[in-house]
Amino acid sequence: MNRKHTIAILVNDQPGVLQRVSGLFGRRGFNIESITVGPSEEPGLSRMVIVTTGDDHTLEQIQKQLYKLIDVIKVIDVGSNPMVARELGLIKVSAEPSARPEILGIVETFRAAVVDISPTSLIVQVVGDSEKIEAMIELLKPYGIRELARTGVTALTRGVK
Amino acid sequence: MSAQSATLKSKEELIQKWSKPEVITGSEMLLRSLLLEGVECVFGYPGGAVLYIYDAMYGFDDFKHLLTRHEQGAIHAADGYARSTGKVGVCIATSGPGATNLVTGIATAYMDSVPLVVITGNVATSLIGTDAFQEADIVGITMPITKHSYLVRKVEDLPRIIHEAFHIANTGRKGPVLIDIPKDVSAAKGLFKPVTSVQLRGYNPTVQPNRMQVDKMLRAIEQAERPLLLVGGGAIYSGAHEELYEFVTKTQIPVTTTLLGLGAFPSGHELHIGFPGMHGTWTANTAIQNSDLLINIGARFDDRVTGRLDGFAPNAKIVHIDIDPAEIGKNVPTDIPIVGDVKAVLKVANESAKRADKADAWRAQIQQWKAAKPFKYIDSDKELKPQWVISMIHETTGGDAIVTTDVGQHQMWAAQFYPFNKPRSWVTSGGLGTMGFGFPSAIGAQMGNPDRTVVSINGDGGMQMCAQELAVCAINNIPVKVAILNNQVLGMVRQWQELIYDNRYSHIDLAGSPDFVKLAEAYGVKAFRATNKEEARRAWTEALNHPGPAVVEFVVRKEENVYPMVTQGSTIDQMIMGDAE
Repeated sequence: MNRKHTIAILVNDQPGVLQRVSGLFGRRGFNIESITVGPSEEPGLSRMVIVTTGDDHTLEQIQKQLYKLIDVIKVIDVGSNPMVARELGLIKVSAEPSARPEILGIVETFRAAVVDISPTSLIVQVVGDSEKIEAMIELLKPYGIRELARTGVTALTRGVK
Repeated sequence: MSAQSATLKSKEELIQKWSKPEVITGSEMLLRSLLLEGVECVFGYPGGAVLYIYDAMYGFDDFKHLLTRHEQGAIHAADGYARSTGKVGVCIATSGPGATNLVTGIATAYMDSVPLVVITGNVATSLIGTDAFQEADIVGITMPITKHSYLVRKVEDLPRIIHEAFHIANTGRKGPVLIDIPKDVSAAKGLFKPVTSVQLRGYNPTVQPNRMQVDKMLRAIEQAERPLLLVGGGAIYSGAHEELYEFVTKTQIPVTTTLLGLGAFPSGHELHIGFPGMHGTWTANTAIQNSDLLINIGARFDDRVTGRLDGFAPNAKIVHIDIDPAEIGKNVPTDIPIVGDVKAVLKVANESAKRADKADAWRAQIQQWKAAKPFKYIDSDKELKPQWVISMIHETTGGDAIVTTDVGQHQMWAAQFYPFNKPRSWVTSGGLGTMGFGFPSAIGAQMGNPDRTVVSINGDGGMQMCAQELAVCAINNIPVKVAILNNQVLGMVRQWQELIYDNRYSHIDLAGSPDFVKLAEAYGVKAFRATNKEEARRAWTEALNHPGPAVVEFVVRKEENVYPMVTQGSTIDQMIMGDAE
């Protein structure tokens, strides 16, 4: 059964490591819904978070194949544990002065923020899980979304481990 | 030659000389590091980006450098050297086209888990990314077909990188490692300090198995009525043939060895039932389909072995021993996974392995099948049959040669009619199925095994993909014996077009190929042609007795097919047996 999986990968911060990981997904036919990379808690290591879909067999293969890469230190199936998964979206929405109060109402309800204002548009910044970002986008669509940028999901497991 | 200089100075003196910390160029560091890794022979081809490296090799005789006539020849030779010796094969090529000419060879080694260290030059670091002359992103190009790769950015990193590359290539699941050295790095000077340890946090292959898993396997053996071992190349690569022999002796379980596993277990042994799969023995395929316990020892359930997956070994509990955890469960669901080095696993298993006592009827059944269904062909006194030629080569070499092949009909006939009794005697491109592999790999095998007879068995198609390396044999007097089974056609493609594409023979006619005897003679290699049994035996014997390289062209029947054959999409017990059956 195909499900969404969130995998964190600790990798050596080496040139080409993103290419190694993304290339592996590509050639083995694993899909990447989103990928984020940044420094981790340990100097010299980066944390990648990849959201992928597939059945359990695919997930097992992804993990095993990733471990074969010399620059991969650890693979964590974050989604198999309680986790915090967050994404940030920037939405540039058309906002004539007459429409602004409504838009600001939506922003407030979502605990999002307006981070830029121009005479005819706003940039809304929303942080949350992917569903929240998608809901926000749906609500802003009627006003006219001019540009949209999403970071993709980054995630950690909850608790001490 | 390296061997002579090594005897002149003691090995320790040499190691001391090479290990001495001093300021030298990157190129000299490379050579010293290779020597400290025990390299005796490298295969290569110079060019602009490796000029400093070749300059450092000027007048250098601590290891042998074999100049091939094409980079592809160099890497296949390194591959043949590695497969036949168990040591790491090394090749060198320049940037751009030199490097891209290695790609087929790298993929060949990767698919068959062969340890290679592949060294390429690149343009100077300041030029990388500018589309400079002879620039190619070889690290990027080869990422999917290497176990690991390095682009060396600083000369000080070279000793560590080379040591890591050898370690990675020849441990765990073996494979090719590429080191790309920009020209300025090979020119730059730095302090050379030998590196003798590796620290790779992300690389710790599991060698020792989990004993509980091994015990589960042993209990399953006690219960099994129809157990079978499926032994792959992993048994040879881990040097486990003795442990395997002991395991079989103790358990008395029949053995089938895959194409790459041939030689891991003596073919003449009564429990050996040949190789399974598309052109394997009737007995091996039937035994797999009827087994109730299939123990995979270092094989990877390749599609040419399994046939249609959902009908593969339908009644068997599956045990899979592999050093690569990703192979376990990849194609075939596994009941008892055992991650570990085959040799280490079998050592543990042998401590308490017992005879499979419930399997007497099965053993008798298998003996009966084996006697009734050997490989068969219809021989002829009018024309040469390729199967007869292989049997004759087997007989005249006492079954003791190293045999190399490409891919196709000649490869399958060699596997069928040249039974092996020793590991590292069979060098064939299995996974990638590379034409042009066999002949250059024989050159490498001969370099690594100067005292053994090395026979390169080829088709007339594949021989023309690396024929230029005849020059290397002639110039260096490398006494490879080349057998060309000339049927004037791309035989395996012809066979598929006959059987599956309704006799629509599309672009397979190789008539008009060069006269192979004249071709060989043009390179200075002794050559013969044979069109009947008498000529064949005489020419081949003469070739074997000749102290240098020799080519024998056997003109064989064009329409001959390889049987049995399992067509794609069938389960392996659905075999086309051919006319001889």
